[in-house]
Order: sequence, then C-alpha cells, then structure tokens
Amino acid sequence: MKEVIKIGMADLKASVSPNVLTTLGLGSCLGIILYDPVKKVGGMAHIMLPDINSVRVRRNKAKFANSAIKEMIAKMRKLGARKSNLEGKIVGGAHMFTGVKISNPSAFNVGERNILNARQALTDEKIKVVSEDVGGDYGRSIEFDLETGKVKIRTIAWGIKEI
Amino acid sequence: MSKDVKLSEGQLDALRELGGIGAGNAATALSQLLNKRVMMTVPKIDVVPVEKVPLLMGQPETLVVGVYLRILGDVLGSMLLTFPRDSAFALADVLAGRKIGATKILSDMDRSALMETGTIVAGAYLNALSILTKRTLVPCTPNLAFDMMGAIVDYILIGLSRVVEYVIVLEVEFVEADTKVKGFFFILPDPESLKIIMKAIGAEE
Repeated sequence: MKEVIKIGMADLKASVSPNVLTTLGLGSCLGIILYDPVKKVGGMAHIMLPDINSVRVRRNKAKFANSAIKEMIAKMRKLGARKSNLEGKIVGGAHMFTGVKISNPSAFNVGERNILNARQALTDEKIKVVSEDVGGDYGRSIEFDLETGKVKIRTIAWGIKEI
Repeated sequence: MSKDVKLSEGQLDALRELGGIGAGNAATALSQLLNKRVMMTVPKIDVVPVEKVPLLMGQPETLVVGVYLRILGDVLGSMLLTFPRDSAFALADVLAGRKIGATKILSDMDRSALMETGTIVAGAYLNALSILTKRTLVPCTPNLAFDMMGAIVDYILIGLSRVVEYVIVLEVEFVEADTKVKGFFFILPDPESLKIIMKAIGAEE
C-alpha cells in the first residue's frame, strides 16, 4: 500500500518505496530531497533557514539546510540507503514580496541564501544536485514518489511540473 | 521573554482596546475613502508564538492575498494583512464599487486597492500603537502577494523567526452593507519592540 507522508514546516522524514513524501506551500522555505535510486529510499526536509551555526536556538535540526541534510542522511541509512548512491533535488526558495528587498535587503533574501547553502551543504556531503526548481516569486507544493524518484511540483500561477 | 506569554485579563483588555481603537480608526478612514459606511471589528486578538501562526490560518495551500509592510521608527517590526481568496475578491468588489462576486481575477487596480486597504489598516494601528507606547512608528511601502497561504506565511516567519518570537494576531472583519469580509492582521514586532508594547499594556516579562 502506498502511503502519503506529510512533512510540515521545519520538519523532515525518510521513507521507502512505494510511499510518497509531500510538503505544501513552500515560499522562501526550501524543500530538500534526497534519494537512493538503487535502494529506493528517500528523504525530504522542509527547511526555513540556511545555517544552524548562525543561530542561538538549535533545538530543531530540521529547520536548517545543513543540519537537516545530515539528519536526513542518518535516517535514510537506517532504512538501508547507501550514502554514495544519494542524489539531491531542491525546490522552493522563492522571494514572495518582491518589493521588500529594497527596504530591508539583509533579512529578506533568505530564500536565495537557503538555495545557496543547501547546494553547498550537499556538495560538502558529496551529494550531487541532479535537478532543482528554485527562486521566483511564487509558492510551491511538492510530491516525491519514492518508487520512481520523480518530484512533482504544484504552483498556483505556473501549473504542475516534474523534475 | 519566557516560552508562553501569559496575559492577565487586564492586559488582554488593554490589547482588546488597542484592537478596537485601531479598527475604529481604520473604519473611519475606509469610510472616507469609499464614501460609504464601512465597519471594522476585531472579534479576537491574541499574542501567539510565531510557529503557531500557520495553524491559525488553515490549510497551507489555501489561496490568500497578503499585504505586507515594514515598520520603522522607534518601534521596529512589520505588519501583514491577509484575506482568503474569496474575502479578498469580495473586498476588491466593495473597494471598486462592483457587485459582490464580480471579481474573478485581481486586476492591477484591485491589487492597488487592496494594498491601499493594507496601508490604511496598518496606519490606523500604527497610530494606536504610537499613542499607547508614546513612540514614533513609520510604515514603509506595502507589498502584495497572492499565493498559497503556506508560502506567504513562511516568507514572513522565516524573515522574522531569527528575531521575532511572538506575534500579535487580530482576527478582523470588514462590514459594508450586507458584505462581510474576514481576514487576519498580524503585528510582528521585533523583540525589543514587543517589550515596549507589552510594557505599555502593563504586562510583565
């Protein structure tokens, strides 16, 4: 039986084929997806911020790109995934209120910094980013099919696409 | 500040009063703008941790219009006014003087009108906060987004989650003749600013 597993904001989960991992309404948040196509084990994180080392409160590892990736790898290994098989995909990191950048540049390019940090953190773990759908000024929902490894992205303005 | 803000009945009253004064100011301004009687009420006002905001607003994929602006001056922070799609469209109809239900897509004019509403509501509350705290608060230009609730709210939460811990949430209702439009208005003060506001309503940390 195929189970659809929801991932909330600042949350992460790992599972196995034929289950589906999904997260809804990503804005500047970033969906990070890891997949072992051989073992058909996958993980998804819905992160909010780029770097766990830049904050005081580090309680929730799923909230930050770098710590979430490490945590996901650990969970996926327990399900039989091999680290050397892993492929990464990233989705989200939008800039929703396009005019705000001008009035507060530092605080509001978080989406972009999430993207950059996630790419870097994946590279550090020697995981290749095989595809991505990032940036823009619109929200995204994603569905990750662990049987096929395909990621379906839903948007309001731009319809559905698959990466 | 501790994990949960426990407000006494007296402090909640002070917040409710702030809610009422802001709504009164906003209703007056909207009525003048539209040249017809518009009422605004605040059925509920509360102080909640930032993480709880998405729960208040329902499903992450619900379509909402969000009008967001920064507050500068002595009290730093931002404000966000949100309406579910249908409410936003009804409000656009009221603002443009159309029959309710006429709006099918938001035109640039509708977007401007909704941003104007955001500015008016924000201005009304800035004024009320200014009197309450005896400080100067200045709004920046508003921005509008029409998208999934989750995407709009996460943007605000992320930008703020490093600095803002608590949010003042107002459930707002605009009434014009037979039309009732419901939305949420969020006051998102930086921690220092929250202290100023809490002190002004007599809340202890």
